[in-house]
Amino acid sequence: MLFSIYGLISASFFMSMDAVDVAFTEAAVGAGVSPLLMLATLASVGRYQKKPTDPEIPKVALLLVIITGILLIIGTLDMPAFGAADAPAHQHVAPRYIKESPEEIGIPNMVTSVLASYRAYDTLGEVVVIFTAGIGVLSLLNFRRRRRNIHLIDDIIAIDEHKILRIVSKILIPPILIFGLYVQFHGDFGPGGGFQAGVIFAAAIILYVLFFGVKYAHQVVNQTFVRVFSAIGVLLYGSVGVVSLLNGKNFLDYHVLAENPTTAQHIGILVIELGVGITVACVMILIFFSFIENIEKVIQELRK
Amino acid sequence: MILDLFNYWVVIALMMIGFFIVIARGNLVKKIIGLNIFQTSVFIFYISAGKVNGGTAPIVVEGAKLYSNPLPHVLILTAIVVGIATTALALSLVIRIKANYGSVEESVILKQDKL
Repeated sequence: MLFSIYGLISASFFMSMDAVDVAFTEAAVGAGVSPLLMLATLASVGRYQKKPTDPEIPKVALLLVIITGILLIIGTLDMPAFGAADAPAHQHVAPRYIKESPEEIGIPNMVTSVLASYRAYDTLGEVVVIFTAGIGVLSLLNFRRRRRNIHLIDDIIAIDEHKILRIVSKILIPPILIFGLYVQFHGDFGPGGGFQAGVIFAAAIILYVLFFGVKYAHQVVNQTFVRVFSAIGVLLYGSVGVVSLLNGKNFLDYHVLAENPTTAQHIGILVIELGVGITVACVMILIFFSFIENIEKVIQELRK
Repeated sequence: MILDLFNYWVVIALMMIGFFIVIARGNLVKKIIGLNIFQTSVFIFYISAGKVNGGTAPIVVEGAKLYSNPLPHVLILTAIVVGIATTALALSLVIRIKANYGSVEESVILKQDKL
């Protein structure tokens, strides 16, 4: 709970520091997905911890932490003041992005144009990392695949019926999904993009699982579909790069996609953001389902 | 003004809290929470470095002259999503450790490894 509140607070001060895109992501991830995964882990490993065996360790650790902290604070004395416009960070590539990206790329949101066009190669790497993490979670948690349709968690949910929560979530989920799509396709003009849309979309599905149980969620979100699409997102992104390679340009050079350079950038950004969105949403849903299934496994073993 | 540096101090305080949890607690889930706090402190560091006084969010609007630096936003935006994916991977490792060792306490696991 506290962790979730911490996430929401971080989101709000990212907002106050003008980082609207980051605030979107942090609100969905920090306040929604990440605490849920923590809780799911605690549900399967147990919530009690042992008393520390050696009482000296925290004291030594505290000393070490204080020394490091003081050294770091001394280090900051030379740093530029908060919000200073002449800080070194704003002198190198940022002015170019700010001045030229609106003409060069033709979209108002600079964050999107840097993310999806100037640094598209980086972003491809990050999408691949997310995809790999998804595969890792799947291979770690679904090590013994058992096809059974017993949904123990659903039994627990059905014991105490949360009628009010269910009705509220029924009203809330469709607008969240539509908002996710809006963030996805409006990312060029306003704050948004594939990463934000992906986590918002996944948050809506996760909300559905929490209130209606795994059985119905499996009917809504087909597992094989999610698995296939998490790969298709990466494939879509990569194939844009391959298309430009085959046309004799550099990898991820969008200019081959259309005659007009800004139209080409538009198409390129739209397609790769779609790829990012699909992968992020599918991997998040996949990870959440793996954690839920693991809790079921643990409950089963406890009942034996 | 020395108070102009307060953003760095907030970052350092958070970072040290995370660091303390990582080294002082034996419970693996707590260690991951500590790492997460450490991670957010780095996010805050980047975003606060990108802030320009009087600037607005880096989306072109009529009448705005000064924008905040978009580059840190891009880096952190992706880092958050990558961060949750890697955290999920770490948590699933913890679950597997629990399944094999029967505990998530560092001391117990080390003892079992020595035998």
